[in-house]
Amino acid sequence: MSITRRNFLRNAAGGTAAAAACATLASMPAEARESNKVPDKAIGLLYDSTLCIGCKACMSGCKEANELPLEDTIGEKLWDTPLELSGKTYTVIKVYQHGTMENKDKAENGFAHIKRQCLHCVDPSCVSACPVSAMLKRPEDGVVTYNKDACIGCRYCVAACPFGVPQFQYDTPTPQIAKCQLCKHRLAEGKIPACAQQCPTGATLFGTYPALSAEIERRKALKPGEAALYPRRTVDSGDNHEKPAPEYVEHVYGQKDAGGTQVRYLAGVPFDKLALPVGLPDRSYAADSETLQHTLYGGLILPGVALAGLVAAAWKGSKDHHDDDDFDMFDHPEGGKTHG
Amino acid sequence: MVNHPIPSEVASRLRKNKAKASAIGGSLISPFTMVLGLLIVIAMYFLAQRFIYGLGAVTNINNGYPWGIWVVWDVVIATGFACGGYAMALVTYILNRGEYHHLVRPALTASLFGYSLGGLSVLIDLGRYWNFWHILSPSYAQTGSVMFEVAACISCYILVLWIEFSPAFLEHLGMKSAKKALNKFMFVFIGLGVLLPTMHQSSLGSLLVVFGYQIHPLWQTPLLPLLFLLTAVCMGFAIVILEATLAAVGFKRDIAEDLPMLSKIGKIIMGILAAYVVIRLGDLMVRGGIGKAFTSGIKSVMFLIEMAAFIYPIVVLSKPSNRRLLSKLLAASMSMLTGAVLYRIDAFLVAYDTGPGWHYFPSAPEMLVTIGVIAIEVLAYIIFVRKFPILPGHSTTAAAE
Repeated sequence: MSITRRNFLRNAAGGTAAAAACATLASMPAEARESNKVPDKAIGLLYDSTLCIGCKACMSGCKEANELPLEDTIGEKLWDTPLELSGKTYTVIKVYQHGTMENKDKAENGFAHIKRQCLHCVDPSCVSACPVSAMLKRPEDGVVTYNKDACIGCRYCVAACPFGVPQFQYDTPTPQIAKCQLCKHRLAEGKIPACAQQCPTGATLFGTYPALSAEIERRKALKPGEAALYPRRTVDSGDNHEKPAPEYVEHVYGQKDAGGTQVRYLAGVPFDKLALPVGLPDRSYAADSETLQHTLYGGLILPGVALAGLVAAAWKGSKDHHDDDDFDMFDHPEGGKTHG
Repeated sequence: MVNHPIPSEVASRLRKNKAKASAIGGSLISPFTMVLGLLIVIAMYFLAQRFIYGLGAVTNINNGYPWGIWVVWDVVIATGFACGGYAMALVTYILNRGEYHHLVRPALTASLFGYSLGGLSVLIDLGRYWNFWHILSPSYAQTGSVMFEVAACISCYILVLWIEFSPAFLEHLGMKSAKKALNKFMFVFIGLGVLLPTMHQSSLGSLLVVFGYQIHPLWQTPLLPLLFLLTAVCMGFAIVILEATLAAVGFKRDIAEDLPMLSKIGKIIMGILAAYVVIRLGDLMVRGGIGKAFTSGIKSVMFLIEMAAFIYPIVVLSKPSNRRLLSKLLAASMSMLTGAVLYRIDAFLVAYDTGPGWHYFPSAPEMLVTIGVIAIEVLAYIIFVRKFPILPGHSTTAAAE
């Protein structure tokens, strides 16, 4: 083959592209994404199952604050009766029951309450999953927010959440994702989330992440049976009530689970009995997924290199098939070296 | 050439080395196309309900199983079926094997419809479909999301498919100069047409990584993208074999000339599938999950059926004499496709467990919508090959030059 202008240009371009590709690859940093850290000014909730009396004041407070409708799941039209989180319910109190149900906060023949709601993950799967930034974690306080005006309704967040929190509305042509946003509208007015505001026993307690961490440690250090003070609404509200300290299980739920959460739980029974997934890794699933994506697509380097190679191969192929400029991917079926 | 009928043997000898694509003509009205039309009307009825009352009025999806067959079949599996164009472009233009050339256009046609309808199915399934454009808008796009990668990439690929296909239209419309101009740059779109499916077919597997413990260990692995990619390429090749057979039967065409190519494709399928099985089982052994293949109830049963469906074609196609028989090629392809379909259903639905109390099985209306989408695809394919130069011209009624 004689050196024509086109061949020369092609070879020159190919060489440059290959050199550039090698240079970029060599300088590519290892982009393993670690789990995100708790924000500096993180806020959250502490739910202490042993303090909860199952009055559901938090649920009605939540419905009122978020303008959510009642649910009738048992057909009696007497009470608001959500059985789980739903498109109309951001939080629900459920009860573990065993045997004779005589002993509060005991696994054997006992019962224990659990509050279901968004755990406001430190490194949320829903935020990582959302393709259109409708789910966001506020960088300052870590509240996981939802914006219906951005949402496309793909429900990847619903499927991805390890705690089954985001709920899609299947009964309307204009559905949204329903999920606790820690009463972001009340926070903006300097108020605390409605559930913590309404809780009469301080079972749901609002505070900064460090303040709640200190409170968790104080409670865990108490001797079971000794009289102890429990604050209502916020850690430093000064509105305390006295009660014998319970026997907590070792596990503080949300401390590390799936990368940690800003809503944490204390309980007297193991958390697998309280319908929370146990045995989750300390590393967030978002970190796993995004490490994979960054490795494959970081800076579009690998796809760029691959595309350069593929286009070059396709070009070479088109030139081998026939030497005129009219390359046609359909019309020369017997082209190619093998058919001479 | 004198314009009179030519005996078919003479015609085929004349065209021996000139299997130029041509429209096969014929009537569009037949009992088969009428049934397809009816299925489409039924699907439209339920789709109207979905848009008036919401997804729950038609589907059985729920907050434990937010993705049903409209995602798993209509998108994840249907785009796998539509990988014929990708697979053929890969061997023909990238590996530079010109002999496969005349299988490209029919494969690309099926890909065009498979992907275009997959894209439309997404709009049916999206709860807030009117916001769909956010995926392609830099102010909304969240590039860390696997869903973003899948959606953006599939959208681009649909566009590339139509561009790759446009010479057939331009030819039909007699726009020679436009066709010539476009063909000068076609190699760029061929490159993109191989890159984009490589990206999103693997990402369909990556979608599941963030689900973590919710996907059973027999399916959850960081190698999901590789496993999805390998099966997608195989699905593409298997579909080409199936398609060639169906076109031969449905349009009464002679398949003998295609057979040597199809048997080579069979060999490629065997190689890729063998790699897939070794990687999948090896990964399970390394991660210590292989025992779960026998101890996880229905999930184990599904896993074993899948493996059988993948291993059967490897065994059949490993014998060169089998690869020369259309029946064996077809059986192996069908088994491969069954395995790949099950792999996708299992990974997305059977292996998925969000906790006790949740169940999903598609409702009849939900299935009828999916069937209607398939009917649209088949009908469009029939119309296209009858009206546009898609299928290679040998042993058809098209006149020789």
